Amino acid sequence: MADELLNLTCKQLRDKITAGTVTSVTAVEAVFAQIEALDDKVGAYISTYKDRALEAAQTIDRKIATGKSTGPLAGVPVAIKDNMCTDFGETTCGSKILENFQAPYNAHVIEKLRAADAVLIGKTNLDEFAMGSSTENSALKQTLNPWDLGSVPGGSSGGSAAAVAARMCFAALGSDTGGSIRQPAGFCGVVGLKPTYGRVSRFGLVAYGSSLDQIGPVTGNVTDAALMMNVIAGHDKRDSTSVSNDMAPVCNYLEKLNEDVKGLKIAIVPEFNAGADQNVQNALTSALDVYKNLGAQIIEVKMPHLDYAIAAYYLIATAEASSNLARYDGVHYGHRTENPADYVEVYSKSRAEGFGAEVKRRITLGTYALSSGYYDAYYLKALKVRNLIRTDFTKTFKEADCIIMPTSPTTAFKLGEKIEDPLQMYLADIYTIAANLAGLPAISIPCGLDKANLPIGLQILSPAFTEKKLLRIARMFEGKTDYHNKKPVFQL
Amino acid sequence: MAKKIDETQVRRVAKLARLDLTDDEVARFSTQLSAILGYVEKLNELDTDSVEPLAHCLPMHNVFREDVITESLDTELALRNAPQHFESFFKVPKILDEDSGA
Repeated sequence: MADELLNLTCKQLRDKITAGTVTSVTAVEAVFAQIEALDDKVGAYISTYKDRALEAAQTIDRKIATGKSTGPLAGVPVAIKDNMCTDFGETTCGSKILENFQAPYNAHVIEKLRAADAVLIGKTNLDEFAMGSSTENSALKQTLNPWDLGSVPGGSSGGSAAAVAARMCFAALGSDTGGSIRQPAGFCGVVGLKPTYGRVSRFGLVAYGSSLDQIGPVTGNVTDAALMMNVIAGHDKRDSTSVSNDMAPVCNYLEKLNEDVKGLKIAIVPEFNAGADQNVQNALTSALDVYKNLGAQIIEVKMPHLDYAIAAYYLIATAEASSNLARYDGVHYGHRTENPADYVEVYSKSRAEGFGAEVKRRITLGTYALSSGYYDAYYLKALKVRNLIRTDFTKTFKEADCIIMPTSPTTAFKLGEKIEDPLQMYLADIYTIAANLAGLPAISIPCGLDKANLPIGLQILSPAFTEKKLLRIARMFEGKTDYHNKKPVFQL
Repeated sequence: MAKKIDETQVRRVAKLARLDLTDDEVARFSTQLSAILGYVEKLNELDTDSVEPLAHCLPMHNVFREDVITESLDTELALRNAPQHFESFFKVPKILDEDSGA
């Protein structure tokens, strides 16, 4: 019974709750039973809030019992990546420097989820300040991949993806700066959508790379991603990069979701895809066959600058990070060193004690790229290459509705495999980074399992603000396949 | 081959970033960041002389709002996470010497 309940989609659960056939309290209890059974092993959550969640669930159940109207996520248990501010509990960013930080306000997306009557159940683990591709950079705990407890869940939204995969929530929010929603979604066999830059307000999201960061949903299926987008997308004047409704109207992402896109043209970049391992390439080929059978036309294109995306990204993102993370000064909030010798030590020792290795590495690299004498050679050069990458996309989208490529070159790698070699870790982001540099929407959906029974992600990218069509394209594939219904089997 | 970024440069940059790195971290970062900077050299394969830099992707420039007073964060809440505070101020160690004349 509990298993049956946990296998419902958000939409199915919401419908049952509003129809009064299941209560939100039952759903929250089922989710917490799952967390209590599994999360000692998986480690998806940094903090959970059972009492608060049950109280919120009771309120929603009462609303329904008394015939009051409810929101589109009525009673559905949702998890939040712990780099989004909540006015309850801590917002740690997986960092020692914010371990005890209690945000004084809610992020925009939290307000939106609340208004939609979602039940917030906990905050999920991440690479410290969202910097990483394996969640191993969390200073607070380790998260394992529910499909193989010896492998990483991906990152940086590894906790959110693992929680959805292990059915320890019905949906989660992640953030994506260079693939941090899509790559863990791919590694954990779930759906992850990075919306267009500006589509979802980042007010209350702890900043990492401000020209790249975007919040998006991690869900068990495409329909739930559309449902979550209906809740979180839209203008917010508190984020000056949030686009107005005049510029890009929000839409109902569920409308026509199950209608195939007629005359679909898909671009692929064979030279770029050749870098993926054989299992991943085979799954990609099979996925393209599914689309061909649906009448889609596949066009081979060249996008010569994609190969430079990682190099440009790790200069731009670290430069922005070095500036954004200057705010952790041991003065206003966060960790302060004990007995500093002078005021400079308040900064330099607080930061040294509070930040982990990857954060220090990126701040150092970013400061170097921006420093006098290196700015033109590194940072400015990277911004120019960024423009070339965007131009590649503009050209391709004149010929095709979307581009399909792998989410990652491999399936989930082993714990510890890349953590000592930062460059190897960065190269794992080869397929996801370009969407951030170009500000485009991109989704990862499950498209198979490799020989070791680990999930493979299929990535679809589309022009700015075409999430509605992107979700329909993803749903076409999901409607013809069963990969999204595969669940990890636990051997505890 | 000389490292792209030697230990002296790592120390200089860390000082700019107000990061008190240990000797071990300096040595490790010099090696790791040199490898990363070696990789990003590939950007120089591209001729970008006539390319404009792209700092961010939206066709938006200045975003203005009406200059009116709105609600802001309550003082008590703003100070709640401060390592130290005194009345309505953030408290820090003394930043000037006794004989600095300040």
